[in-house]
Amino acid sequence: MANIHQFDVVVVGAGGAGLMAGLYASRGAKTAVISKLYPTRSHTGAAQGGISAALGNYEEDKPEWHTYDTVKGSDYLGDQDAIEFMTSEAIDAVLELEHMGLPFDRTPEGRISQRPFGGHTNNETGKPVRRAAHAADRTGHMILQTLYQQCLKNKVNFFDEYQVLDFLIVNGKAAGVVAVELATGELHTFHAKAVIFATGGHGRIFEVTSNAYAYTGDGAAILLRRGLPLEDMEFFQFHPTGIYKLGILITEGVRGEGGVLINGEGRRFMEKYAPTVKDLASRDVVSRAIYTEIREGRGVNGRNYVYLDVRPETVNKYAAMDGRTNPDGSPYTITGEQVLAKLPDIIDFCRVYLGVDPITQMMPIQPTAHYTMGGIPTNKYGEVVIDSENTVFPGLYAAGECACVSVHGANRLGTNSLLDLVVFGKHAGLKAAEYAKQADFEKLPNDAEAGARSQFEALRTASGKQNAFDISTELKKVMFDDVGIYRSEKGMKEAINKIRELQERFKHVRVTDTGRIFNTELLNAWELGNMLEIADVVAECALNRKESRGGHSREDYSERDDQNWLKHTLAWKKDGRVKIDYKPVVITKYQPKKRVY
Amino acid sequence: MQVTLKIFRYNPEVDKQFHYETYTIEAEENDRILDLLEHVKGYKDGTLSFRRSCAHGVCGSDAMRINGRNMLACKTLVRDIGDRITVEPLLGLKVVKDLIVDMEPFFDNYKKVLPYFINDSPLPADGRERLQSPEQRARFDESTKCILCAACTTSCPSFWASDQYYGPAALVTAHRFIFDSRDEAAAERLHIVAETDGLARCHTAYNCTMACPREIPITKAIGELKLATLTGKIE
Repeated sequence: MANIHQFDVVVVGAGGAGLMAGLYASRGAKTAVISKLYPTRSHTGAAQGGISAALGNYEEDKPEWHTYDTVKGSDYLGDQDAIEFMTSEAIDAVLELEHMGLPFDRTPEGRISQRPFGGHTNNETGKPVRRAAHAADRTGHMILQTLYQQCLKNKVNFFDEYQVLDFLIVNGKAAGVVAVELATGELHTFHAKAVIFATGGHGRIFEVTSNAYAYTGDGAAILLRRGLPLEDMEFFQFHPTGIYKLGILITEGVRGEGGVLINGEGRRFMEKYAPTVKDLASRDVVSRAIYTEIREGRGVNGRNYVYLDVRPETVNKYAAMDGRTNPDGSPYTITGEQVLAKLPDIIDFCRVYLGVDPITQMMPIQPTAHYTMGGIPTNKYGEVVIDSENTVFPGLYAAGECACVSVHGANRLGTNSLLDLVVFGKHAGLKAAEYAKQADFEKLPNDAEAGARSQFEALRTASGKQNAFDISTELKKVMFDDVGIYRSEKGMKEAINKIRELQERFKHVRVTDTGRIFNTELLNAWELGNMLEIADVVAECALNRKESRGGHSREDYSERDDQNWLKHTLAWKKDGRVKIDYKPVVITKYQPKKRVY
Repeated sequence: MQVTLKIFRYNPEVDKQFHYETYTIEAEENDRILDLLEHVKGYKDGTLSFRRSCAHGVCGSDAMRINGRNMLACKTLVRDIGDRITVEPLLGLKVVKDLIVDMEPFFDNYKKVLPYFINDSPLPADGRERLQSPEQRARFDESTKCILCAACTTSCPSFWASDQYYGPAALVTAHRFIFDSRDEAAAERLHIVAETDGLARCHTAYNCTMACPREIPITKAIGELKLATLTGKIE
């Protein structure tokens, strides 16, 4: 037992939430941040369009409007106390990032610039409001860089390229984690009083996704294996505009700047589905609209994609038709140079991957698996809760995409993810440090590494009759086809059978690389195991919820059913099967009503 | 189409020295080089090791030499390269295994230039943002794009000669803060980059600018730093 480290707080994951947690926890406790990547490789860096806060730098805005928009966006499944907490902290959170040096774009007056985003409105007029604070179309990159830099400044301890494999529980409390150091293959035990999971989502279980390879649901799967529940796993967001076939994200900021969706007949279609905000409806609504167009034969050339058009002549034409104005009241217009300045990365992606120049050509897009609304259940302080009474698990915290507070409910609004990870990353860090101050270290189990070792051992000694890549490919396809944007009982039952078959086949996967140094084959196989665990829960929870709400659209139950389903799902794994329970949604000010954009 | 993919291989636990393996695989024009590597790893040789994450050019994990030039494997398509493709690890950093190099010297250099915002003056009295005009913000825009992939630094002959040289990526980071009107540590950073292992080691080879997958005009940024150290002015 050579490699034992002791820290008051251990943070798992070094994206926006993990870094924020690490930064705050390290002010009050001896803290380590462990990541399977170098921190600056984390997926927060792929976020593009902005982070929301009612700064009101261009026009009137209020945190209350932000709250209502988020509640409505969540299709009333978000917990309103948590949402109110997040939006009331939003302004300070964004200003804090600026104070840390984040290079936001600026208004002519030198304040933080803001752009409109889907579902964010002036509640009085119903029109889009400029709420998304942005740094070109690389806002997430700037958040990730800035937080990492601040962590360096504050001498946070990092363990880069360490993959956490197991969570240690002693006497019903957090006791640490076990990780493998990728460069050496050695196991390390991190003995801790408090553990914060900030491990991101699991979009890689779907065939077409905007998510990084790293997004394999590791944190959620680790806790599931240790008997903890996951919340609202049926809710997964499909972003309307991914690059056709590749799934690479094209920010909603394109539509914020005036871009419109065009079907195969050359017509704008969002006005049919969202008469007031049109192309800036929330993501679930827009993704379904695109699918409906495609299914009714109005995809481009009969194929499964439509166009996103941000050519200045198109933007200006529809802006005039919609009566869109600048903050000073003049008609809104845009030039090719302005498009390039505001969306440089998007232009670059299209040129590189499609050979298309968005200033003069339309972009072929299709919905892409994007964001995990469900996850590890927490309260608004980032404390992990483990049942329908919200009982806190001592010493365990989660924040960011891996967590389910729930502020996003059934559908997340664009720009709320970056806000989520900054706000709840901070509070998880603060709470964990506070907890660590009064808690003692639990005694480590005799063989703390046993759980991690046995998982690796299975992958090294199986029969080798099955290929991990085949299993992975088949899983992603069935999840995208049958547990994707539209779902039905028949499709989901088939998907569950397929997942079971794949889980059986996975037992025969043997890693051919027998080495220790950077055994990425072993790591990838282990990640596949996580994806299978998570996909099973997603599919079972989706089959179980017999209604349509937000990102969960059932063809056989097409309406929202508040009578029976205005409740969160909690799911456990017991003897290899998913067990489901529920917990109530917190409703404070806003009673559910029909959701129209 | 069929492509011939020649890959640098080195497994320190088995090999005494590196060698190349050649794979013939079916590919499409629009496939990323990363897709080909994934295919090889999945179906030809699971031991092939490389870093990757975002797969669309924003995380900086998969910088490597492709037909002799530093590129991101996820941002380089078969149609850009043709059907004979050679993939090798970055130069100037120790090869750990196959396409994975030891990134520590690179990040150590990054840390030398105080790579974080410094402003100890009181915040605006209203608690709001520090003001910055769009023009002031534009001044350092390009150097905020850096993803720390190391393509620039490992293309630099001076860095090949000595990894004590901070290298272009660290200098771009210095530029990002020195030219940020809100930052207060410009003088200190200029002092650091003016040391022997800093700007003096840049001989304007332009390799870094050519290698940057984010199209940062790195040589220009370094030139601006050189000028600032000479004149003492940040303009």
